[in-house]
Amino acid sequence: MSANDRSRDIGAFSAAPDDDMIVCRCEEVTKGEIRRAIYDGMFNVREVRRFLRCGMGLCQGQTCAKLVKAIIARELGISQGELEDAAGRAPARPIEMRIFASERGRDE
Amino acid sequence: MSNVSDVIIIGAGIIGNATAYFLTKKGLKVTVLEKSEYIGNGGSSRNGGGVRQSGRHPAELPLVMYGVKNYWPTLSEELGTDIEYYQEGNLRLGKTPEHIKTLEGLTNSAVSGGLDVRMIDYSEAKEICPYLSEEVIGASWCPTDGHANPLLATLAYYRAARRNGARFISGAEVTEIRKIAGRARRVITTEDSFEADTIILTAGIESNRILETVGLHVPMNPALLECLVTEDSPPLFYQMLGTAMADFYGHQSKHGSFVFGGTTGFEPYTSLGKSPPATSSSAPGTCRGIMKYFPVLKDLKIVRSWAGWMDDCMDHIPVIDAPEEVPGLVIGCGFSGHGFGISPTAAAILSQLAVGENTVLDISKFKYDRFKVRT
Repeated sequence: MSANDRSRDIGAFSAAPDDDMIVCRCEEVTKGEIRRAIYDGMFNVREVRRFLRCGMGLCQGQTCAKLVKAIIARELGISQGELEDAAGRAPARPIEMRIFASERGRDE
Repeated sequence: MSNVSDVIIIGAGIIGNATAYFLTKKGLKVTVLEKSEYIGNGGSSRNGGGVRQSGRHPAELPLVMYGVKNYWPTLSEELGTDIEYYQEGNLRLGKTPEHIKTLEGLTNSAVSGGLDVRMIDYSEAKEICPYLSEEVIGASWCPTDGHANPLLATLAYYRAARRNGARFISGAEVTEIRKIAGRARRVITTEDSFEADTIILTAGIESNRILETVGLHVPMNPALLECLVTEDSPPLFYQMLGTAMADFYGHQSKHGSFVFGGTTGFEPYTSLGKSPPATSSSAPGTCRGIMKYFPVLKDLKIVRSWAGWMDDCMDHIPVIDAPEEVPGLVIGCGFSGHGFGISPTAAAILSQLAVGENTVLDISKFKYDRFKVRT
């Protein structure tokens, strides 16, 4: 872990021709929204997904996680290896509340 | 870039970020140091988003009432980010005469604090929220309560403060506050050192590690809080929900998903590691609680669960103070799991303490030196 100065100059946001492309299909987040969030100071996958909800939908980022990471790395001029993956959380796939609730082996 | 500023804030959670926002609005040069690689990675991203006045500790009630009047309704506009604030009331539900007794106690306490909250029966509750279980026999109802998205609010304050010129450094672990000529002035991190006229400590449960370097200590313990979120659903109801027994609390978000938290009884029995240990039993337990009050939600899919630490103070209310013992230091910690709703007001007060202004509300109940030994 090293210090990451959020005031360092990453240049100004400029629109790109493919900004309308949807990157997160579950939550319909576009590349342009992700790029804008980076210029608003969201310098890693975790902050971008908390800010925009990309990767937080039904598939939990299984489709878009790599794309989001690549976009952030490119805008910040760093390698993807410097960015940690977003944390995966339980449950491993979406599960109905009534089933999730019966973890004790009883159908309540 | 110079490491000297007017104010250093340690901890970029919602309290620290909002304080940075208020101070930059006053024209001050602010540096915010965050140990984690992520802004708002502690309790600020790990809570149910309640902006509640009802059910509050009496000491905190004026803070949250002030915030609901003066900050929350205009916060999205002010920060330029939709923080998804809904002011559609809070229903705290009961199913047994014991529950109703608990709710009446909370309600009476809040009414004597000047809050518009009252007990209602099942039929009135059902009119407010038609999806209630028929087992509910009554509720407390506070029409001016609400909820917001804590992830967005935390990052929105960060974004606005950063735009105003605050310098945020993540991955900057503070190891020590050092006094110069009797005044807190220098902040040492594992890699660097910083100086400011005033140092504000808003580091949640990690505050004590830093406070101890200037001989202070706040009596608080980590407590584990877990949350879950469902897939999105068509809009059903937007009240903030809770129960007398605190089996669960939560709300539907703007996105359509429901966000819920719950208590297990195991909250105080956690250990501080790198990240909070989500358990396999907490979220399912919360689901059982939810279904008893809202059977309509039983087929909604849970997509994610997560955990965080609360900085649970001995008397369950925060320390908001500029302690006499260490001139130049301002403390805002110990929010005990209900810091989100009072964060704008608490931050406004911290920013006033930092510049020596009179605070907008009386903070005598939040003094650092209020804790006394029993005998």
